[in-house]
Amino acid sequence: MAAKPLTRDEIARRVGRDIPDGAYVNLGIGLPTLAANYVPSDREVVYHSENGILGMGPAPKPGTADPDLINAGKQPITLLPGASIFHHTDAFAMIRGGHIDLALLGAMQVAANGDLANWSTGDETFPPAVGGAMDLGAGAASVWVLMEHTTKEGAPKILERCTYPLTAAGVVDRIYTNLAVIDVTQDGLVVREMAPGLEFGELQKKTGAGLRLANDWRTVQV
Amino acid sequence: MINKIVPSLAAAVAGIRDGAVVLVSGFGASGIPVELIDALVDQGAKDLTVVTNNAGAGRTDVAKLMAMGRVRKVVCSYPRSAGSVVFEELYSAGKIELELVPQGTLSERMRAAGAGIGGFYTPTAVGTQLGEGKEVRTLDGRDYVLEKPLKGDVALIKAELADRWGNLTYRMAARNFAPTMAMAAEVTVVQARRIVDLGGIPPEAVITPGIFVDRVVEVPHPKQPGQE
Repeated sequence: MAAKPLTRDEIARRVGRDIPDGAYVNLGIGLPTLAANYVPSDREVVYHSENGILGMGPAPKPGTADPDLINAGKQPITLLPGASIFHHTDAFAMIRGGHIDLALLGAMQVAANGDLANWSTGDETFPPAVGGAMDLGAGAASVWVLMEHTTKEGAPKILERCTYPLTAAGVVDRIYTNLAVIDVTQDGLVVREMAPGLEFGELQKKTGAGLRLANDWRTVQV
Repeated sequence: MINKIVPSLAAAVAGIRDGAVVLVSGFGASGIPVELIDALVDQGAKDLTVVTNNAGAGRTDVAKLMAMGRVRKVVCSYPRSAGSVVFEELYSAGKIELELVPQGTLSERMRAAGAGIGGFYTPTAVGTQLGEGKEVRTLDGRDYVLEKPLKGDVALIKAELADRWGNLTYRMAARNFAPTMAMAAEVTVVQARRIVDLGGIPPEAVITPGIFVDRVVEVPHPKQPGQE
């Protein structure tokens, strides 16, 4: 059977299943925000936003957006019962002080040692911007990256060492891509799951660092 | 008698000098003190250093100040947000300086300034470009970067309720940087949607105690950035 890479939605669905009940979670802009839609309904997860919110709920109904209730991506949100609002310094104390259980982030590159590059490609034709990415990388108790396995041109995004400027060193714990679920361990990258029909050799060819297939690996269930 | 209420937006920004470091609250469009910034545009101070999370959008308020050539330098964490054009134009023409600071460090530097802390060690930016040139210290086996306080000459913030002692509440997540910036400036200037009598804000509901505040002007119908 030919390999069937996951769609973005399927990656989000796969990650949503892994977010534990009772976790305090910060979602990065883009693909990570989709994962919240797929957390099983019997779990209660508290979503944190860097601009001072815990307990973010779903997007507001059209026409009811409140300009003073936005997330890190500047999109309007609603609040769940139990939500709290606080100032920026406290929001980042939660991040930097290790109180956020899980940060879900996108990335340009992840290295075999867990280095994360997701803020800059070094392109100097426009001004650099970093936001809260470095704080999240350094501070969150667990960091999971959601991304495509390769660039549009087919270059690997998982590398021995990042070539782009680092966001944080050695922080990534797990990588979810359209091809695999990979743990970053002391002993290197361990493949836990592969997309349906994908052969390990094929996966390794698309990865710029050595991979080890876990003994108990499985096909990604979507 | 203590009365921090000023009668007009012009009075609120009077005396801000050329070369001032101006802390401007807001995250994206939320909590931007539009009327105070417009008053600063009218007031004329130039050669400013503006400290704010994003570097403006469109051609209004902060972007307008920059477009008029009044801003020498921006200290911010994310200058490229949606709708931002003026900053990019000035930056590529070499007409504005940028000090890029991770958002949490930006906030904590201002808190340190307000709280009398001389410097602090943060794990953020260790091993990255934004940690280059800074002292790194290993404390209990973990590396940290030394960061210095960031103090403002003036803070411009947007509040919900205020009283004549300068006690403040904020509306929803428009709060964001305001409480920290209020502490970190020599002169803290507030536009409040409504000024209430002393005692009108229950003590437990005060978010920024008036000790940090210097001037309050009532702006009952505050505009969102870019709104006509």
